Amino acid sequence: MKKIIELKNISKAFDGETVLDNINLDIYDNEFLTLLGPSGCGKTTTLRIIGGFETADQGDVIFMGERINDIPPYKRNVNTVFQRYALFPHLNVFENVAFPLREKRVPKDEIEERVNEMLKLVALSGFEKRGVNSLSGGQQQRVAIARALVSKPKVLLLDEPLAALDLKLRKDMQQELKKIQKATGITFVFVTHDQEEALSMSDTVVVMSEGRIQQIGTPIDIYNEPKNAFVADFIGESNILDGVMLRDKRVSFSGHVFDCVDSGFELKEPVDVVVRPEDVDIVPEEKGMLKGVVTSVTFLGVHYEIIVDINGFKWMIQTTDFVDVDEHIGLYIEPDAIHIMKKSEYSGMFGDYSSFSMELDEIGELEEAHLEELSELGETDASGNAESERAE
Amino acid sequence: MKKNANSRGSLIQRLVLAPYSLWAVLFIVVPLFFIAFYAFTDSQMHFTLHNIRNVFTYRINQDETLPYYVMVFGRSLKLAVISTLICLLLGYPFAYRIARATPRTQSILITIIMIPMWMNFLIRTYAWMVILQDKGILNGGLALLGLGPIHVIGTETAVIIGMVYDYLPYMILPIYSVMAKMDNKLLEAARDLGCNGFGVLRRVIWPLSLPGVISGVNMVLIPSVSTFYISQKLGGKMKLIGDEIEEKYTNFDFNGAAAIAFIMMILLLVVMALLQHRANKRSVA
Repeated sequence: MKKIIELKNISKAFDGETVLDNINLDIYDNEFLTLLGPSGCGKTTTLRIIGGFETADQGDVIFMGERINDIPPYKRNVNTVFQRYALFPHLNVFENVAFPLREKRVPKDEIEERVNEMLKLVALSGFEKRGVNSLSGGQQQRVAIARALVSKPKVLLLDEPLAALDLKLRKDMQQELKKIQKATGITFVFVTHDQEEALSMSDTVVVMSEGRIQQIGTPIDIYNEPKNAFVADFIGESNILDGVMLRDKRVSFSGHVFDCVDSGFELKEPVDVVVRPEDVDIVPEEKGMLKGVVTSVTFLGVHYEIIVDINGFKWMIQTTDFVDVDEHIGLYIEPDAIHIMKKSEYSGMFGDYSSFSMELDEIGELEEAHLEELSELGETDASGNAESERAE
Repeated sequence: MKKNANSRGSLIQRLVLAPYSLWAVLFIVVPLFFIAFYAFTDSQMHFTLHNIRNVFTYRINQDETLPYYVMVFGRSLKLAVISTLICLLLGYPFAYRIARATPRTQSILITIIMIPMWMNFLIRTYAWMVILQDKGILNGGLALLGLGPIHVIGTETAVIIGMVYDYLPYMILPIYSVMAKMDNKLLEAARDLGCNGFGVLRRVIWPLSLPGVISGVNMVLIPSVSTFYISQKLGGKMKLIGDEIEEKYTNFDFNGAAAIAFIMMILLLVVMALLQHRANKRSVA
């Protein structure tokens, strides 16, 4: 596979605050790559550096073998789908899509042809004369995609393009984006904070936190073999425990010695142990490797999410069998359900569900959304802009 | 029943609005009615078209090609259009600059624009007399540089300078307020889609700022067409249509003054309607 974009030792700070810290990333031709991370992890800034809206303080941006650090956005063969679409309100659907072609003085017939082709691709044929403000969110999204693709860029950058859509529409658009990427063969660089979105759409996922890349891999790798506690916690639900490697394929945690499939650690090396909630089997107490008391049960439709107290550490377990609060149960864990990670700066920060509450999670998300809105309001000028990027 | 009540507003709503309605009737509708009334009557309050006809036929010398008031109106319009264009050329980039500044700088710059407006415009006009006089500050400065003297006072240039100075804020503020609301992402999108700086201006900023430009033009063109004091102080013996109206009033020729005012008002209404029509068309498309 051919490298199309290389980021080399990219660092960036806003007002002395580090936003990107030595980012190294290769993006290959034809792939669907996702930058995934929480607000403020630097994913949008990375995207803006590729697009040319920010310049890196240090490091190089290489595009098809050429250094493009100082090339302005309009000369880059890269287009962006902006978070809130940024459609031109004074132009109709056709003219929005035709915008880049008119700038390049493409002949009229060809504009007509290419715009119609694009509108067909995003299933908006017949909407040519509509004003963009009369369209639904999903339709505006499609116009933005058509507009970004019409000049046939090598790379399409997408900045949380689905964040403003409701769940159902979002799922549909995920499928569609994937289809469009396959059909056009254009490299997609997609930014999101939604891990499910990242896993379901991407060829490659880049997990970021605090301005650094935590892990690069396929969705399956990232989920099954998280590199550290941050990745394990951010991608899906995880119980993360302190453990000690006794020898290859033998690990001790929660006061019990387990067989596992990982090897290559030092003797008696302290490690982080990840057990996914869906990989734990509930058995009668006397047959369990671990024993605990159920402290809460939440019905989620497909399964129950239960919290189990084991020696003071709260585990999350997903099960289709009903158990009751205060019930004493045993846990059984298969060797391949245990994933061992090296200790990292994130050890001990994640993976305990003692303070877990769905409501708290939701409040957190609301606040995040609110902060984003606030930062967008201050975006009328350069410094306001910088601020919003930092918030992102 | 309910719908009816809503459309007419509740009693409280109407009571709250009453003072404003009264104000509007007393100081807008009634005076307009008087202007129309005087324009079509003579000093005995009998109906006549003489005043109106006079506006279109009166000549000081019979051999002049254009009727006197048509000529004066033409001059007023010319100076007003030139002033408006200069205001637009000066004000547009300035408004853009303010809108792109940090919030703190924005409020400072806006205050700087507003400060002259705190002073009475008569005083501001006198200040310009002092500056532009043949032995005034301008020529004094030029002399220091070994240039000049130039004769500005009493010319159309002096009147235009005065009008531009007085009306520039009215051009900047509406354009600024439209530009401040413009989404920065749209400008980024334009750059992303192949526009250089000028392309962004031509294809996105300008069309999106048109509503501001149109209301700015309205707010400068209309008062400068009918201005009268500036021309008297800075334009020497030059008379604009506002001066003619003022002169007729001060000579107690209410009917003649009303006739000129009436016709000017109709013309300005047409201009405003055209501008507004264009603005509406833009915002719909």
